[in-house]
Amino acid sequence: MEMQKLYLLVALAPLFGAAVAGLLCRVIPRWLGHTVTIAGVAVSFIGSVLVFQDVMAGNTFNGPVYTWMTTGDYSFHVGFLIDSLTATMMLVVTFVSLMVHIYTIGYMHEDPGYNRFFSYISLFTFSMLMLVMSNNFMQLFFGWEAVGLVSYLLIGFWYTRPTAIFANMKAFLVNRVGDFGFILGIGLVLAHFGSLDYATVFAKAPEFANTTINIWGAADWSLMTVVCICLFIGAMGKSAQVPLHVWLPDSMEGPTPISALIHAATMVTAGIFMVSRMSPLFEMSTTALSFVLVIGAITALFMGFLGIIQNDIKRVVAYSTLSQLGYMTVALGASAYSVAVFHLMTHAFFKALLFLGAGSVIIGMHHDQDMRNMGGLWKYMPFTWITSLLGSLALIGTPFFAGFYSKDSIIEAVAASHIPGAGFAYFAVLAGVFVTAFYSFRMYFLVFHGEERFGKAHHDEHTGDHDDEEVSHDHHHGLAPGQKPHESPWVVTLPLVLLAIPSVLIGYVAIEPLLYGGYFEGVIHIDKVAHPVMEELAHEFHGPLAMVAHAFKTAPFWLALSGVVVAWFFYMKRPDIPAAIQRRFSGINAILENKYFFDKINETVFAGGARLLGRGLWRGGDVAVIDGFIVNGSAKVVGWMAAVVRYFQTGYVYHYAFTMIIGLLLLLTLWVRV
Amino acid sequence: MSYPLLSLAIWIPIFAGLLVLATGSDRNAPMARVIALCGAILGLLVTFPLYSGFDSSTSAMQFVELVPWIPRFNINYHLGVDGISMLFVILNSFITVMVVLAGWQVVENKVAQYNAAFLIMSGLMNGIFSALDGMLFYVFFEASLIPLYLIIGVWGGPNRVYAAIKFFLYTLLGSLLFLVALLYLFIQSGGSFSILDWHQLPIAMGAQIWIFLAFLIAFAVKVPMFPVHTWLPDAHVEAPTGGSVVLAAIGLKLGAYGFLRFSLPIAPDASQELAGLVIALSLIAVVYIGFVALVQADMKKLVAYSSISHMGFVTLGFFMFSAMGIEGALVQMISHGFVSGAMFLCIGVLYDRMHSRQIADYGGVVSGLPATSGFVGEFMVIMGAVKFNFWIAFAAASTMIVGAAYTLWMYKRVIFGDVANDHVRELNDINGREFLILALLALCVLGMGLYPQPFTEVMHASVNDLLRHVAITKIQ
Repeated sequence: MEMQKLYLLVALAPLFGAAVAGLLCRVIPRWLGHTVTIAGVAVSFIGSVLVFQDVMAGNTFNGPVYTWMTTGDYSFHVGFLIDSLTATMMLVVTFVSLMVHIYTIGYMHEDPGYNRFFSYISLFTFSMLMLVMSNNFMQLFFGWEAVGLVSYLLIGFWYTRPTAIFANMKAFLVNRVGDFGFILGIGLVLAHFGSLDYATVFAKAPEFANTTINIWGAADWSLMTVVCICLFIGAMGKSAQVPLHVWLPDSMEGPTPISALIHAATMVTAGIFMVSRMSPLFEMSTTALSFVLVIGAITALFMGFLGIIQNDIKRVVAYSTLSQLGYMTVALGASAYSVAVFHLMTHAFFKALLFLGAGSVIIGMHHDQDMRNMGGLWKYMPFTWITSLLGSLALIGTPFFAGFYSKDSIIEAVAASHIPGAGFAYFAVLAGVFVTAFYSFRMYFLVFHGEERFGKAHHDEHTGDHDDEEVSHDHHHGLAPGQKPHESPWVVTLPLVLLAIPSVLIGYVAIEPLLYGGYFEGVIHIDKVAHPVMEELAHEFHGPLAMVAHAFKTAPFWLALSGVVVAWFFYMKRPDIPAAIQRRFSGINAILENKYFFDKINETVFAGGARLLGRGLWRGGDVAVIDGFIVNGSAKVVGWMAAVVRYFQTGYVYHYAFTMIIGLLLLLTLWVRV
Repeated sequence: MSYPLLSLAIWIPIFAGLLVLATGSDRNAPMARVIALCGAILGLLVTFPLYSGFDSSTSAMQFVELVPWIPRFNINYHLGVDGISMLFVILNSFITVMVVLAGWQVVENKVAQYNAAFLIMSGLMNGIFSALDGMLFYVFFEASLIPLYLIIGVWGGPNRVYAAIKFFLYTLLGSLLFLVALLYLFIQSGGSFSILDWHQLPIAMGAQIWIFLAFLIAFAVKVPMFPVHTWLPDAHVEAPTGGSVVLAAIGLKLGAYGFLRFSLPIAPDASQELAGLVIALSLIAVVYIGFVALVQADMKKLVAYSSISHMGFVTLGFFMFSAMGIEGALVQMISHGFVSGAMFLCIGVLYDRMHSRQIADYGGVVSGLPATSGFVGEFMVIMGAVKFNFWIAFAAASTMIVGAAYTLWMYKRVIFGDVANDHVRELNDINGREFLILALLALCVLGMGLYPQPFTEVMHASVNDLLRHVAITKIQ
């Protein structure tokens, strides 16, 4: 009973903060707005730590809070499922959220929408917690949509920028495409299993192993394959997998703190979390797992390529996030769910760190985000410099850093997997290591080292790929000539330091218990016969230090190292080379600049097509046929008839007399004939 | 014996309306407003005992009143509500209060007549939802057209005459066939106008088909279903804000309610037989209208089209013949009452961009988001549809994308686009009164989204009884 109250407190504390800061945003002073929301999230974080300890002590919980609705034979509840997976997610979400809340004090201190922003990020924290703590599909879906809504509001936070409004609409719609698949998947679950509670569904799942359904024509599909692919389409939207990834880079229009919290550390990993949660279902369909694996591999490699050519500091990190989400998805496809969750966790720390570092650079540069105007910042921003370096090292998988343990485990898992598509996926994740190292250190060198390029009258060319080329000057001024960048205030650097610690250490600490210590026993279900990946990994694992020692003999380490060296050579030693390559391979460059033409296709085919169809149906159907022909047409017919019939009632006696005579004649003719 | 609550719910607004009318010219406008508000609030208060005193364990009619009216034809003043109709009486009375408040400063021309029209219409609509006598139902059904016709025709926009006549003729056309069906049933049942008697009346298949089609045309126009929907966009564009709110929140529900009270129980076999037709029309409404809504430049037209699309969900839910489908559709109806009301009220303030930015934010995305009532109904209908047929669910669920597209695109154009419509410009910034209205509606939307159980639990008995009834053939 005591714990149940704690669960509620964890979820509701941020909601309380959001409500106070949001409803009274014009009334209360700024200090109160941030105090109440930070207090809410801090309570939530402490509660999560307690819950985590309780779960470690072996106490799990699964039960309803209240009955949401009953209808027919079904009943839906709002309830919590607290186990090791939930507890891990709660810790990650509340910790990163707390860091971002503190950071926001510094980042947004000039912004007129200060309280509104705090309200939104607290509301997000609440929604995300409801999503991860749910014990049923219904609440999962509601949390899923709620985080999407807050993401929409936050991407469009600076609503005077047309690009921001475009980006948030795009994000919402692309996510809706995913949700479309997701809700059909949930519907199939309800229709066949008769319940939306995880426990009931998972318990019943084995009965449906050989059930087939007829979806189209004569082909029978395995029910589990259809369900899993539908659910995964939802994950593809939220976790930005190709081809539903297009919204994530544009979401960088939002303020940087939310890029760190929502579009890197937590919300975008909801899909990864969901598939891990559904492992008992996904394990029953190798077809679905192959699909997951291939989509993840494509995302991991091809989105990494795009990171290479970006000049906007936030967009580099955004494409890096896409690529890393691809890695997690690959792990899911290889049945290494715990590895995916592990990478989710390490990534949350170092990617939040990188984003907040980028945000700190942006503050220092007075809201100039173009890396071509930076360089040599290490002198002026020591905290940001060191922490960003640590984050980058973690990201590229430097041995002993957090990212190394999780990423190496993913690569090992793919190597051990034998389902269709595993060969391609292995190549993709391996090549991705080089690409990751290259773009990460390209960014690092361009920003922190080399020639100081800031403070010049810089070319006001907007970097790369804004769909609307209008530049808003409020948020994009940059340093004046002669001005130097400055280190950010402590509220900004403190979260950087606090995030840098787990970015370095968490992998070493957590890998053994998390992957091989039975931590997810009974939570993540793996079909050990069909997909023995984790068994093989466990067999080869001899402790975290041995893993580091072994790393120097494996390809990923040397690939990462060569990526760093090439980046150093290209951007520190010979800056003329990248430009030459871009000229030499202008065709490939054009493809990358256009992001494989996904946006163009979406805009012309889908958006344009829908508008064309709508206009056609409206003008052709409603206006022309229904209103023009039938409705107004029948009015015209009535009018015409009346005009004709009018002549029969002229009121002139001689007309009537004439008609009578004619009629009489006609009748007589008929009569006489007979 | 308790008070005749249903009669009070019908006649308090009507008498209040007549009283308001008696204040006469616009010199007495403040008094007219106060009387109208008091009447509307009193009318709402008397409906609360309907919920608190409702026995949700039975499907029988409750709060029944039965008085002979025209004994010569066995026509009775017969009222009563069950789990299907009870919530609509309350919703209607609630929306009336909102509308009177919404017109407080906006309407300055013929204030007394304006408020009187709304109050009288409110009473008549309560009559529709609680009538258990076919002829009584018909009288209320037809009489309610007149106030709305006047509201559009007198206080409407520049093209109001065309819109009002189109609206009137469209609905009249449908209801004349309805009258024919009622007279047929009167004769077949041996001289009874009791709807409950008709539920038990055995009818041959051929006759059932004709009755069903007559009902279908009458109710399809009201809902409105494709292809008899084109009166609605015109009516909404020309109607004043209050008229749009009542039309969307209550007016459209009358037709849908008719399906449950007449079509399904009186002609169950024909309903099963022709369910495919209705489902097809509903899906066309959901998909076709969704695309049409996408390209609308006028916000009111857009919301009107979105209403048609939402009502497509309602008729789809009815004709899947499952508890989830019907209850989902009913939830969708109530929720659409709140949401469309809020949307049309928002449109009033939306045009003033910078200050009403947040209103735009919430108003624009409120339809069909989680933890809001709009989503509950959609969720239930889609869930029900997957069980019924995967591809029907597929088509229905596509509204999640298209619906979001037109709403968000509208919002984007409102913030950056040109102002298209002049007669809502009269509203300036959001003030305390408007805030109160929107906050109340938002509370309803959120409350219903977070905890729909109180709404659905009163429906169970009646919906289950209806389903049992529909499953039994009436052919002898």
